[in-house]
Amino acid sequence: MTRQRDDAHAQGVSMTTPRAGQAGPKLSATDISVFYGDKQALFDVSLDMPDRAVTALIGPSGCGKSTFLRCINRMNDTIPGARVEGRIILDGEDINDRGVDPVLLRARVGMVFQKPNPFPKSIFENVAYGPRIHGFASTKSELADIVESSLKRAGLWAEVADRLQAPGTSLSGGQQQRLVIARAIAVSPEVILMDEPCSALDPIATAKIEELIDDLRSQYCIVIVTHSMAQAARVSQRTAFFHMGAVVEAGATDEIFTNPRDTRTQDYITGRFG
Amino acid sequence: MLIWIALIGLILFSLAAYSAGRRKVLRASGGSTRVLHSLPGYYGAYVALWAAAPAAILLILVSLLGGQIEEAALRADPPAAVMALPDSTQDVFYNDVVGTVTGGQVSQTEYDGALGEAFAAKLIEARDIHRNLVAATLAAALALALAGAAFAWPKISAGFAARPRVERWIAALFLVCSIVAVLTTVGIVASLVWESWRFFQAVPIFEFLFGLTWDPQIAIRADQVASSGAFGAVPLFMGTFLIMMIAMTVAAPVGLFAAIYLSEYAGRTTRAVVKPLLEVLAGIPTVVYGFFAALTVGPLFRGFFNGIGAELLGGPLDGVGLYLMQVQNQMALVAGAVMGIMLIPFVSSLSDDIINAVPQSLRDGSLAMGATRSETITRVIMPAALPGVMGALLLAISRAIGETMIVTMAAGLQARATFNPLDTVTTVTVQIVTLLTGDQEFDSPKTLSAFGLGLTLFVITLVLNIVALQIVQRYREQYD
Repeated sequence: MTRQRDDAHAQGVSMTTPRAGQAGPKLSATDISVFYGDKQALFDVSLDMPDRAVTALIGPSGCGKSTFLRCINRMNDTIPGARVEGRIILDGEDINDRGVDPVLLRARVGMVFQKPNPFPKSIFENVAYGPRIHGFASTKSELADIVESSLKRAGLWAEVADRLQAPGTSLSGGQQQRLVIARAIAVSPEVILMDEPCSALDPIATAKIEELIDDLRSQYCIVIVTHSMAQAARVSQRTAFFHMGAVVEAGATDEIFTNPRDTRTQDYITGRFG
Repeated sequence: MLIWIALIGLILFSLAAYSAGRRKVLRASGGSTRVLHSLPGYYGAYVALWAAAPAAILLILVSLLGGQIEEAALRADPPAAVMALPDSTQDVFYNDVVGTVTGGQVSQTEYDGALGEAFAAKLIEARDIHRNLVAATLAAALALALAGAAFAWPKISAGFAARPRVERWIAALFLVCSIVAVLTTVGIVASLVWESWRFFQAVPIFEFLFGLTWDPQIAIRADQVASSGAFGAVPLFMGTFLIMMIAMTVAAPVGLFAAIYLSEYAGRTTRAVVKPLLEVLAGIPTVVYGFFAALTVGPLFRGFFNGIGAELLGGPLDGVGLYLMQVQNQMALVAGAVMGIMLIPFVSSLSDDIINAVPQSLRDGSLAMGATRSETITRVIMPAALPGVMGALLLAISRAIGETMIVTMAAGLQARATFNPLDTVTTVTVQIVTLLTGDQEFDSPKTLSAFGLGLTLFVITLVLNIVALQIVQRYREQYD
């Protein structure tokens, strides 16, 4: 298993280098339908998500944004009775293919949840979790380097450098969410999925996370689900509007917010419903 | 007897008071509950409580302490014949008098001569005292009930705040109940300490706690020589510890892993079948486990070890072979293993609840990092569930220490200071049972030693529970 992981790691590293030269979207979903038992949650959703950009998924509650997000790292596999149809192409490879191990996929596609969920471990161990299970560091100092650089990139290093052994749960909500982001980027993923990452945070912590998302954009393909129209406008370059389990409209964020083509989109972003 | 009938009458009276109070306030408000301070039922309850509670307290106190009051009154003027008796016989005499009058327990002593006359005289006196006491009590109770009702009745009006007052009565009731529970515990501990103290006067506490021989001699008659024995409790506690360790070696891993399988891997249908089955295992009486151990597991283990012994005989390990050939049906290993099986459902069902309580967000977080299921379990879920699991294991240990039946039937009765699981051993609880069953003198060191054992066991489990709480507390602070 460790061998496989090392290969995956090597693969991951090699994939980051030629990324810039690639044409087309990093992630491309075609005709995705999701069923929870008999209930269909998504209807033939197709969406392209470019690399080194933030794609925002907006829409009213229960419209399928989070369900779609969970397809990208196959977290729907963990829900009993869930079934996914359609194709999601990541770097030319269908992630729903039989040959793809979801465990390896999730090392390439990181995820940040709505509620900060640090593990019951120290701050250091939280960030070291991914590198440890994927065998990324062979020595202690290497591991410490990964932890430090991840915390720095997540903008948390200055606040926790002197108490890395303190429990992750002792941090404030906003710090916990940045810790979780640091944990996700510690395994050098290519895609980061964020499921309403600021909905449990106060405005100041939210501003910090948004700033961080803007910084991370230069290195990752980021997909974010948000309920805040203003947040989508601030952090994203592309926006997709979901309604009743389908994508109504997708395009450049400026375009969607200033000149929506569909009346439902217009109604939603102007606050007439949702 | 009369007093209990009076109590029933009191209940009826308070029911009447309840409905009268209710009706009075409804009449005062003209049938509308809107203008009342409290709901009508509270006014009824207020009158009923004042009518019944003080009188009921009096009746209960008299029925509990009446015997003592009567005896004290009887002793005020002792006849000369009784004065000549030794103290303990005097106690029997007065006890017999009161018992004859109130229908209580009496000894079979025949009183004749001067003592017989004194007995007859006291009997008449006691009848009078008893009759007077009952009459006085009933009169006082009636007066209290009427006075209580008379006190509460005029207060009933639409603006009267009945609810908070009734609430106070109810709070008082709960307080009394909790005091009863606490006092019972204090009483049990006190009697344990008192009897142990008597034991430690006969046997030095140091000898009891650190002595290596347990051999309480049975003195059938008081003049028998062998009335003293050796009361070193170390072999008993070693036996208890040994069997507990064997049981936990079986129950902790199996129970815990079963819980992990049930909560993390099993599908809904498997869970629906396996969980109730495990709980059935928990419902089997320990006697059944006991004869399962004695009749099935014991001979099985014996055959196994004897077989190995036979193989080894004559070889380089001849001595070991000879020893294994002599292994009996009863040994610590059998009792421990079966006790471990008994504890599996206990551990697994507690741990299952604890593991299920770990938030799903932690599982999702770990899986989304690319961790496999088993990595998620060992690195995230178990650390989060650890305090609870530790608590569950310590509870299981407490049960293992207190378990008696399986050990009685499967471990033998010999007190031996050994950690060899193939030896017969005995435990503290088993010894307490053997010491106190049958006809025993209750002031010999032999029977009293049971209280010494009980007290020591109590202190050990108390310390264990405190340690468990401390551990759980510390991890809580870290993880919640």
